[in-house]
Amino acid sequence: MIRARGLEKRFGATRVLTGLDVDVAEREFLVVTGPNGAGKSTLLALCAGLLAPTRGELEVAVERGEIGYLAHEPLLYRELTALENLHLYGRLYRVPERHERIGMLLGRFRLWDKRHERVGELSRGLAQRLALCRALLHEPPLLLLDEPFAGLDHEGAEVVDEELARGRATRTLVIATHDPDRVAGLATGTLALA
Amino acid sequence: MSRYAADVAALARKDVLLELRSRDTLPAMLLFVVSALVVFHFSLPEGSSDVAAAGLLWIAIVFTALLGLSRSFAAEREQRLLDALVLAPCDRSAIWLGKVVSIVVFLALAEAVALPAFALFFRPVGWETVAAVALANLGIAGVGTVLAAMAAASRARELLLPVLFLPLAIPIVVGGVGATVADDPGRYLAFLGLYDGMFAILSWASFEYVVTE
Amino acid sequence: MSTSLRNNGAAAFAAAAALLLVAGTALAFYWVPEDADQGFSQKIFYLHVPVALTAYACFVWGAWKALRLLWTREARYDLESYTAVHMGVIFGVLTLLTGSIWAKISWGIWWSWGERQLVLFLILFLFYSAYFMLRYSVEPGPRRANISAVYALFGVVLIPVSFLAIRLAGTLLHPTVFTREGPQMSASMFFVFCVCLAATLALAGALYLNELTGKRLDQALRDLREAVA
Repeated sequence: MIRARGLEKRFGATRVLTGLDVDVAEREFLVVTGPNGAGKSTLLALCAGLLAPTRGELEVAVERGEIGYLAHEPLLYRELTALENLHLYGRLYRVPERHERIGMLLGRFRLWDKRHERVGELSRGLAQRLALCRALLHEPPLLLLDEPFAGLDHEGAEVVDEELARGRATRTLVIATHDPDRVAGLATGTLALA
Repeated sequence: MSRYAADVAALARKDVLLELRSRDTLPAMLLFVVSALVVFHFSLPEGSSDVAAAGLLWIAIVFTALLGLSRSFAAEREQRLLDALVLAPCDRSAIWLGKVVSIVVFLALAEAVALPAFALFFRPVGWETVAAVALANLGIAGVGTVLAAMAAASRARELLLPVLFLPLAIPIVVGGVGATVADDPGRYLAFLGLYDGMFAILSWASFEYVVTE
Repeated sequence: MSTSLRNNGAAAFAAAAALLLVAGTALAFYWVPEDADQGFSQKIFYLHVPVALTAYACFVWGAWKALRLLWTREARYDLESYTAVHMGVIFGVLTLLTGSIWAKISWGIWWSWGERQLVLFLILFLFYSAYFMLRYSVEPGPRRANISAVYALFGVVLIPVSFLAIRLAGTLLHPTVFTREGPQMSASMFFVFCVCLAATLALAGALYLNELTGKRLDQALRDLREAVA
C-alpha cells in the first residue's frame, strides 16, 4: 500500500528525512517512533500527499479521498460547531448517509452532547477526539495518525484504543507516537526514525 | 458537475458562516470604506472636479477589497486548515470558487454601503458605476483569492498581498473609472468583462498549484 | 543540463552578442541616415525598442518555462523560469531608462504618462519586482516553485491586458499630447533595427545562460557539500 525508496525531504536547508525505505502492505499496522524532529510528522504528511519528496520515490496506492489524516493541529474550524465541521467534511468527502455516520461517530467518541459547541470552546482532548472523528468520517482504508493519543484523558485514550482495535482487520494504519507500548499489541511493525 | 457545484456551495457557505460568527472582517470593511471616503473629501483641493472624486471611489473599493482579501485565508492559515481542504477528494479549484463566491458577497455588502455614501458625499451614482462595480468584484475576487493563497504560504503574509495585488488592480481601476466618467461606458465595461474572463480562467486553472506541492 | 560554460552555448551567445552589438552600434551611428523629423536623437530608438522587445521576450520565455514546470513538475524549470524573469526585469529597467532619456531628449521631460510603452513597463516593473519579493518570502522547495510559476503566468496575461488598459486610459485621462509615429522605416533603417534586435536578444541569451550556469553550479556545490557532510 505504501512504498518508499530513498525518500528524502528537505525544508530549505534542513534535511528532515534521508534515504528512507519503507514498505507497508495492506492491513498492516506500522508504528513510527523517534525523538522530536526525527521526521515522523513529515513522513505522514508525505504519505498523505501534502508534501512532495525532495528526492526518492514514494508510492501510495490509494486515492486522495481514501486517506484519513490526523495532524498535530485538529484541522477543524474553531468558529464552527462540532456538528458543522463534520457536516462540512462529510460533504466534501461525499460521505453517504452523512447524518447517521456523524451521529454514530459522535456517539462512539462520546461527543454527542458537545455537538453544538464551537470547536474553539472545546478542550484540547475533546478537540482531538473530534479530529479523529473527522479522520474516520469517510471510512478510509488508510489511516495516517500523528500522535493520536496527544492531549487525551483516560477516557479519550480508551475510546481511541477501542477504535484502533475495531478497524484492525479492514484498515491499513500508520501511527506516529511517543508511546509505542500502548499499541504494541496491535502493531505489526515498527519504524524507528533517528 | 453537480458535485462540483455542491462542493463550491459547501465551501462558500462555510466562509459566510465563519464571517457571521466571528464578525471581524465585514464590519471593518464597512467602516473602512466610509472612513476612506471622508478622508478623500479632505484630500481633494477646493474646486476639484467631480471626476476626480470618481477616481477616489475606485481607490476606496480596491483598498477595501484588500482588507477583505487579507483576511480571507486567515482561518485556514492559522490552523493549517488548507491541508484538510486540499486532502479532500474535491477539485482544488472548488476551494478557489468557494472563496470567490464568499468574497464577492462581502464586497457587494461593502459596496452597498459605499455607493450610497459616495452619492451622498460627492456625486450621484449611475447604473454604469453599479455595473462596473459588479464586474470589478468578480475580477478582484478571482485574482485576489489566488494571490491571498500565495501570501498565506509566505513569511511576510499580509504585508505581501498589497504588493502582489496592486499592479493587477490597475486595469480594474482604469475600467471602473472609465465606466463611471466616460461618455460611452460600454467600452470600459467590456474591458472589465475581458479582464474578468481572462484572469478567472487563469486563476481557476492555476489555484491547484498554489496550494499543493 | 551542463554546468560547463564551454559546453552550453553561453559562449556562443556571448560571441554573437558582442559581434552584433558592435555591428549594430556602428551601423546605427555611421551608416544609417538620420531621421528627417527627429534628427540624431532618434537613434536611441535603435536601442530602446529592441531592449523593450527583448524584455517582453524574456517574460514570455519565463512564462513558458513556468508552464513546463507546472506540466512536468521537473525542478529544473523553476530555475530557468526565475532566471528568465530576472533577465526580463533587467531589460525592463533598461527600457525605462532609455525611454526616459529619449523623452528628455525629445520633449525635455523625464517622464510622460502619455508614453504608453513607458507606462506599461512601469506596471510590469512593479509586478515583477513583487515576483522577487514573493520568491524570497517563501521557503525554497516545490511550493515556492509552483507559486512563482503561477505568478509568472499571471504576468504574461497582464501584459496585453495592461496594454489595453493604458490605451483606454489614454483616451480618457491622459491624452497622448506628444505623438511619436513609429518611424516610417526605410529599408536601411529596418535592417539596422533588426541587427540591433538580434544583438539585444543575443545579449539576453548570453546573460541568461551565464546566470543559469552559475546558479546550477551553486546548487551542485551545495549538494556535494551535503553529501560529504
